[in-house]
Amino acid sequence: MSGLAWLTQWFEVLAAVALAPLFLGWVNQCRAWLQNRKAPSLLLPYRSIRKLFHKDAVLAEGASPLFRAAPYVVFGAMVAVASIIPSMGTGLPFTSVADAIALVGLLATARVFMALAAMDIGTAFGTLGARREMMVGFLAEPALLMVIFVASLLSATTALPLIAERLATQAPALNPSLAFTAVAFTMVLLAENARIPVDNPATHLELTMIHEAMLLEYSARHLALMEWAAALKLFNYAGIGFALFVPWGVSTGEPEPAALLLSIPVLIGKLAVAGVWLALIETLSAKLRVMRAPEFLSTAFMFAVLGLLVHLLLGA
Amino acid sequence: MNFASLDLQLLNSCAALLLLVSFAMLSQRRVVSLVNLLALQGTLLCVATLLLAWRTGQHHLYVSAALTLALKVVGLPWLLHRLIRRLQVYWDTEPLLDVPGTMLVGLVTVVFAFGLAQPIAELASTATRNAIGIAVAVILLAFITMITRRKAMSQVVGFLSMENGLFFGAMSATYGMPMVVELGVALDVLVAMLVLGVFFFQIREQFDSLDLHHLESLREDQ
Repeated sequence: MSGLAWLTQWFEVLAAVALAPLFLGWVNQCRAWLQNRKAPSLLLPYRSIRKLFHKDAVLAEGASPLFRAAPYVVFGAMVAVASIIPSMGTGLPFTSVADAIALVGLLATARVFMALAAMDIGTAFGTLGARREMMVGFLAEPALLMVIFVASLLSATTALPLIAERLATQAPALNPSLAFTAVAFTMVLLAENARIPVDNPATHLELTMIHEAMLLEYSARHLALMEWAAALKLFNYAGIGFALFVPWGVSTGEPEPAALLLSIPVLIGKLAVAGVWLALIETLSAKLRVMRAPEFLSTAFMFAVLGLLVHLLLGA
Repeated sequence: MNFASLDLQLLNSCAALLLLVSFAMLSQRRVVSLVNLLALQGTLLCVATLLLAWRTGQHHLYVSAALTLALKVVGLPWLLHRLIRRLQVYWDTEPLLDVPGTMLVGLVTVVFAFGLAQPIAELASTATRNAIGIAVAVILLAFITMITRRKAMSQVVGFLSMENGLFFGAMSATYGMPMVVELGVALDVLVAMLVLGVFFFQIREQFDSLDLHHLESLREDQ
């Protein structure tokens, strides 16, 4: 591996960590515009993270070490995921260490630790949020795996960078199976990142909340890390989506300076479009009752399996 | 890796969308939307027939496309919408299976249909032979739609969707049936629809509802 590859790898991870709150701010801003509200600043997520880091942490009575460790584990898992996703180049050193199934496993690890920490304190809200999160998770994970399997079948590999590389270089063709899985992936993304049809990210006190209910006991730097990890998770999901469905523009093969430089504006452009798209979906849909979430996610699973079946039958 | 020509890709996309519409019908509870989905299915069928006619140069397929457009996209949905308004049935009663359950059964059915169609597809020599599996799946999914519904209206929509699947199957296996058969089937469906329309009024007059479980008991005193 050349020095340039390592340098780019580190740059890629740091850029993901640094850009994640910006992407979240962009989605929130688009959403506010679409809903005729005065938009919050693009930098608001950074400010709230900075504010939280300056406060003193308060721990609930009876909090175990697990509760204190969970934010670091969750944030670490998200950084690890960010290093696997080929958002700029496919020939980078970290991206060949773990494949897409390991990536789903890392996301599951973060989820389990978050749920355990929420149950650790023993408040009603935390337990309730954790249970709901696990319900959403166990339905969303098979759908995500199916999406990845379809892309793997199309490109004959489970390594995410290779999938992106092969999909980007093959002849352009109408592909119903990829279209179906793209719909499935969008639904999984919405559910996993606590976006509107499944959870409402804008409220802190609602009986139907999922993600916020798990974070109620956290404060200061722990909360900051958790929120940063949530922003990074959204960024990572967007990155997985780009790698699977719009893989054009990343530098393929051995990293070259020109291609890598070109991939940065391409990534920012994709993120900008994805943010508008997400905000549009969230504005157009209404929050589902919690008990309807399984229906939503089973539809996502159905879309992914249909993509698989259509691929197997039509070879397209 | 995929060098199929553009019209074949479009045909395959049409087939995939037909399957998707079948699933949408399976999960849809509003009768009005069910009829709209039926019209969408007819439109897809019409587009697929036109593409196939253009690709193979078989002129009688243009006639079947026109027939599909007139009957399945405009005629029958209009008739059904009229019936819905006259009978005031907008919702089906609670289905026999919940939505995730129906979807899972549907997915298993599709796998079964693909297995069933494999030997047939190997015998066929058409370019669209891969779509036979999808046609069989559409037929079986329409069956499930009929089985899991209680109201007469949704069962009729399922029946019509099954006919669409049969038509698509014939088209992808042998580039369409002979003209006489096609005209006969179209007429049959139209007449069946008219007769069923009369039946709806009779059923409702007798039982004050379109729920078909009333028809299961033989004696009046039960």
